[in-house]
Amino acid sequence: MKLLEFLKRERKKSASVAKERLQIIVAHQRGQRGQPDYMPMLERELLEVIRRYVEVEQDAINISLDSEDDCSVLELNVTLPNRG
Amino acid sequence: MARIIVVTSGKGGVGKTTSAAAIATGLALRGNKTVVIDFDVGLRNLDLIMGCERRVVYDLVNVIQGEAGLNQALIRDKRSDHLYILPASQTRDKDALTLEGVEQVLEKLAEDFDYIVCDSPAGIERGAQLAMYFADEAIVVTNPEVSSVRDSDRILGLLASKTRRAEQAQDPVVERLLITRYDPNRVDSGDMLNLEDIQEILAIKLIGLIPESEAVLRASNSGVPVTHDQDSDAGQAYSDTVARLLGDEKPLRFHQLQKKSFLSRIFGGGRR
Ligand SMILES: Nc1ncnc2c1ncn2[C@@H]1O[C@H](COP(=O)(O)OP(=O)(O)OP(=O)(O)O)[C@@H](O)[C@H]1O
Ligand SMILES: [Mg+2]
Repeated sequence: MKLLEFLKRERKKSASVAKERLQIIVAHQRGQRGQPDYMPMLERELLEVIRRYVEVEQDAINISLDSEDDCSVLELNVTLPNRG
Repeated sequence: MARIIVVTSGKGGVGKTTSAAAIATGLALRGNKTVVIDFDVGLRNLDLIMGCERRVVYDLVNVIQGEAGLNQALIRDKRSDHLYILPASQTRDKDALTLEGVEQVLEKLAEDFDYIVCDSPAGIERGAQLAMYFADEAIVVTNPEVSSVRDSDRILGLLASKTRRAEQAQDPVVERLLITRYDPNRVDSGDMLNLEDIQEILAIKLIGLIPESEAVLRASNSGVPVTHDQDSDAGQAYSDTVARLLGDEKPLRFHQLQKKSFLSRIFGGGRR
């Protein structure tokens, strides 16, 4: 019975793994919603420029566009590696 | 005023056409004058599911291009006086549909019908966007499976930005979740996303849940929408869905295990 219980518990997992993965993807997709179409391209090109000077990972850059009442703010966050 | 309902999903093959046919049939059976339009240009299928494939003469593209009048293209359903079908064309020219053309057709239909159900093609490109553009409500068909749920979320993004209601800053398109091909056995064994999880991820109101059902294939084989099969689980589930669309309160059915299988009895079949 122990083995059966064990097997069963293992099997429980695939749906919850699916849920966790989806929550991350959907949060990401919703973050991009309403952004202008040029944002992914802008993000890629900015990353390219930064990489000319510093070695950073693909996910070290984070940009977002927030609209306030009468203006939009482009926020750019880059995590730089520790200076070695 | 006519309500325009788009049945959409992003992902292909999840049950849009099945649902559009079943829901349109259910609306008509409840006495509402209903037309169901196939927007899947090049891949028409709704006529088969509705069982009127041999009566197609003209189609949506013919009407838009002025080759036929709307009344020539509309096909009256064999079983319900209140139901009409507007088939898609088999042309390979995807640009045959224009926004202005679709708008004119919908405006004319709105004069005569209570409900206009639009069966969207798969994808998030032009065809899908045309099908949803003028919608008042959207039924987002989702299977309990990762790619379908992700695509549904993409569609929600489009509904909130690429529709007339969004562009003209009117009240947003009402979004409703229809989960189809749900298998309580697989949910119970932990291999299928359960309905609470899907609802939590997509965060829109559930309008119905259709179980995985043999009745659906039987219905499409015979060209009789499954709503007519009221002995079947899927037929009843679609009727419930229609009732909710019309404002009735209906408790959810078919989402729980009917009877414990031999195996689940041995394993204890823990419910969640
Ligand atoms: N509840 C269900 N139970 C069993 N089979 C189903 C169910 N719903 C749909 N199907 C089957 O799934 C297949 C695809 O259904 P359908 O054609 O309605 O999907 P679709 O979303 O319109 O596809 P497409 O994206 O190609 O237009 C069909 O074979 C249909 O019989
Ligand atoms: Mg279809």
